[in-house]
Amino acid sequence: MKKDISKNLFADHDIEQFIGLQLRYGVIIASLIVLIGGLVYLQQSGGLALPAYHQFIGTKTGFTSIGQIITGISTFNAKGIIQLGVVVLIATPVLRIAFSLVGFVMERDKLYILITLIVLSVMMVSIFGGLKV
Amino acid sequence: MTILTFTLILLAGAYLAGLVGSLTGLGGGVVVIPLLTLVFHVDIRYAIGAALLASIANSSGAASAYVKEGITNIRLGMFLEIATTVGAVAGAVIAVYTPTNTIAILFGAILLFSAAMTIRKKNQEALTTGSNLSFKLKLNSSYPTKEGPINYQLKNVGAGFSIMALAGVMSGLLGIGSGALKVLAMDSTMHIPFKVSTTTSNFMIGVTAAASAVVYLQRGYMDPGIAFPVVLGVLGGAFTGSKLLTRLDPKVLKYIFCTAICFVAVEMIYNGYNHQF
Repeated sequence: MKKDISKNLFADHDIEQFIGLQLRYGVIIASLIVLIGGLVYLQQSGGLALPAYHQFIGTKTGFTSIGQIITGISTFNAKGIIQLGVVVLIATPVLRIAFSLVGFVMERDKLYILITLIVLSVMMVSIFGGLKV
Repeated sequence: MTILTFTLILLAGAYLAGLVGSLTGLGGGVVVIPLLTLVFHVDIRYAIGAALLASIANSSGAASAYVKEGITNIRLGMFLEIATTVGAVAGAVIAVYTPTNTIAILFGAILLFSAAMTIRKKNQEALTTGSNLSFKLKLNSSYPTKEGPINYQLKNVGAGFSIMALAGVMSGLLGIGSGALKVLAMDSTMHIPFKVSTTTSNFMIGVTAAASAVVYLQRGYMDPGIAFPVVLGVLGGAFTGSKLLTRLDPKVLKYIFCTAICFVAVEMIYNGYNHQF
């Protein structure tokens, strides 16, 4: 029993290191993309008047779906690039769940494989469930 | 005002928000919403979108350090994330049917509660006998200190799980990390030592915020022109804050900021009550 615990801790430690790095690089990459898009945005439209942010226009802003964001990037649209950074940022913790799942599979921890799968499916419902109303 | 001026002022404001959020432990997202709505008169829905992004950035950035030190209880975080993500998705759905003024009042109330939570007495004691459920779910663990690892066990798993679901709903509805509610669930209810509960709460905030962020992104709450200065500013402020925290004891600062935050909270409630949003 005791041996089993120490073995688990070792695997835990490896996964912890990996998750730590993944979170850090996710945030760094997302910030860099947002920074690049932001600089292009300021260069292109920095001198323009401020949009009416006190009025909420919802999806009319554009770049609210992956398709629109990809089209935006291919035309080097500044807002599209910033939104890509936003997507990378949101994907960072989601990816973390996926890596935790790999860790629990390696440890053969059935209970936590199940728990992680539940969390992951909630995320999938949120992403693909058409909850935008 | 041109876009350039707005971006620069917001960048500076978001930097301060990140700094204050990190020094008080409230999180940058909480300070960003009043900044955007009360100072810049931005629609609260854009503010919620930007605050969610700030919460994800902050949480992931800080969590990477704590996870590597082995303080974060990953199993506990994962188990409680079932409650927070389901809650967050529910909160994002409820948000559509909630008037913005109600959201502002609710936000003010949570802000007051969070300020009170940050200056209360903290649970430092590690529990030595946990409940049955804590063993079944393998939630008991240990964390490293200078004097060697400290073992801890926990109890009231069901109650903690329920408060976490509520924290998730608030996070999805208001666009904040709900760190205060998460710490209440772990620290006061499940009797987890303070260091573990704060880092594990921080670890969970990213996933909780991401669960509702996806919905809000599709609804157009995340405007690139606001997201850009807010994300970079809050991250920079939080980074400076974490460096400052190792060198100074923020006790006095904490009291000053929490008092200031209370005034902001009252203004949010007052404006919401008068239908200013």
